[in-house]
Amino acid sequence: MIRLQNIEKVYRTDTIETLALNSISLDVAKGEFLSIMGPSGCGKSTLLNIMGLLDTPSKGDIRISDQKTDHLSDKQLAQFRNQKLGFIFQSYHLINDLQVLDNVELPLLYRNTTAKERKELATEALAKVGLSNRIKHFPTQLSGGQRQRVAIARAIVGRPEIILADEPTGNLDSAMGNEIMDILINLNRNEGTTIVMVTHDENMAHKTHRLVRLFDGSQVQ
Amino acid sequence: MLKNYFKIAIAVLRRRKFFTFISLFGISLTLTVLMVLAAFIEKVTNPVYPGDKNSRSLYIKRLTYTSKKGWINSGGSSFYFLTHYAGSLKTRVKMAIVSSNTSSNAYVNNKKIVIDMKYTNADLWNIANYQFIEGKPFTPDQINKADRVAVISERTRNEYFGDAVTVVGKYIEADNISYRITGVIKNVPEIEEVFYANMFLPYTVAKSDYRNKDFWGDYSAILLAPSEQLVTKMHTEYEQMVTRIPIPDNMKKDFDTLHSDADTYFETFTRGFFGNADNAGYARFLLFMSLFVLLFMLLPTVNLVNVNITRIMERSSEIGVRKAFGASSKTLVYQFITENIILTILGGIIGVILTIIILQVINSSGFIPDLDLTINPVVLLYSLLACLFFGLLSGVYPAWRMSRLNVVTALKAQ
Repeated sequence: MIRLQNIEKVYRTDTIETLALNSISLDVAKGEFLSIMGPSGCGKSTLLNIMGLLDTPSKGDIRISDQKTDHLSDKQLAQFRNQKLGFIFQSYHLINDLQVLDNVELPLLYRNTTAKERKELATEALAKVGLSNRIKHFPTQLSGGQRQRVAIARAIVGRPEIILADEPTGNLDSAMGNEIMDILINLNRNEGTTIVMVTHDENMAHKTHRLVRLFDGSQVQ
Repeated sequence: MLKNYFKIAIAVLRRRKFFTFISLFGISLTLTVLMVLAAFIEKVTNPVYPGDKNSRSLYIKRLTYTSKKGWINSGGSSFYFLTHYAGSLKTRVKMAIVSSNTSSNAYVNNKKIVIDMKYTNADLWNIANYQFIEGKPFTPDQINKADRVAVISERTRNEYFGDAVTVVGKYIEADNISYRITGVIKNVPEIEEVFYANMFLPYTVAKSDYRNKDFWGDYSAILLAPSEQLVTKMHTEYEQMVTRIPIPDNMKKDFDTLHSDADTYFETFTRGFFGNADNAGYARFLLFMSLFVLLFMLLPTVNLVNVNITRIMERSSEIGVRKAFGASSKTLVYQFITENIILTILGGIIGVILTIIILQVINSSGFIPDLDLTINPVVLLYSLLACLFFGLLSGVYPAWRMSRLNVVTALKAQ
């Protein structure tokens, strides 16, 4: 589903060159739930951003659903992300000015969907994460766990093949974290969604199919 | 999509109320000033009452002598000059000759009343469409006989005799002379200098001798062409005739050229402020007004650009999320410009409401008596278009900057 070959990411300033990712090669199979672990600053999030086409590698090749992505224009990249990928962030990144329903509808705005379809799909996604009774609330009126569930609903509303989650339980207590993890596991099992998750939590990582460890930008496991 | 943009635009406006206030204040105040100014200019330069034949009329006001040494001497025209020269034009059908106003004080029940008097010939009543509340104008016969007759304004009637009193046939005293009233007209605003007076009298009763053969005097003329199409011909005929007028002997020593122009009503103003004896100042007026409007609108635009850039930084997380979930840079530019247009249109609507209120206040304040300023629909349309244009202008640069934000950097900014 996702194939990374010899991915390198170098950050350059006038005086210094930092190697954030060093020759990473990784295959993620369709329907797999993969977790990435490693100490802070080892390049986990950078790797996830590259997989999500939010960032570009300095070197190497990325294929998603057997499609090369390095030649895509800004518009094509946007379309590709919209159709294939869903994102979950540690700090949720909900738009506080919009109600829960409008937040969840967001990915559908960039597709040819009617307002009615958007509402139906968003309501359905919110039902899957158990937030049907909060659609008119604003994000600031919700708890951390509820906000992350809204973020999951937003990630799945467009029915993407891949979900990329960057420390989705990082800001939550263990009970809330487990709840979120259960939603992701069910999503993977029931819908067959491929999930790549960056985490610091060994317990969460062990619930996934496979664990990849990074250290100083290199894959060590 | 638009509904979503609208929701977010309103939410952003509500989020930072002070910024919103500054932006809306800038836009609406600018538009208000421009629309009030436009209403004023329109009223001054296009008198609907009583000058309803303006499109067929030309005005002769100033008479100027110039010399090659650079000397300029300017004044009004004499009754003799106007009748003798302008009166000989073949194209015109009528010519009203009116003096500038002289003020006279009258006392009624120990209360001082100021009466602005104007001397005129009979054609004023044919060229200008004064509305008579009672009575009628004085006749050519009364003028020829130098009868002491007067047409007064409604305001003077009310102040001198009291409201709603029939006054035709009664006498009114000004400068210790009694005049018999033949008619009462609806008030004319003071800013319509050529048409305005509280009391109109036959030129034959004026203290200054209208037969004096000096070219300089206290009079202006309104020439009426047979049709709108013949106005240009009448203008050319007058222009050519003026070149043939001999300079009076007493002026020959100091001056070598005589200038007198037949201007449109609008040009009488532009010549006064932006022109000279040779130039009606129309082009300069347009240039000045364009620059004024541009600079005046540029201020809120620059302010908006600034405010918008500041707001972008607050919204970088939203930009990152939108990009991550499929918004292209172009879509984001479109969204941000739409939001900005919503803001400027909101400012425009407030501006229109403010203008209506301010015009109402000016009209009812009596600051300029009998002035009835209204919003011109064309000016309103242009103002809203300008609003839209500057909304676009102030949104494009911030939108472009916003769309170029890197997704990862934008997401980290929160």
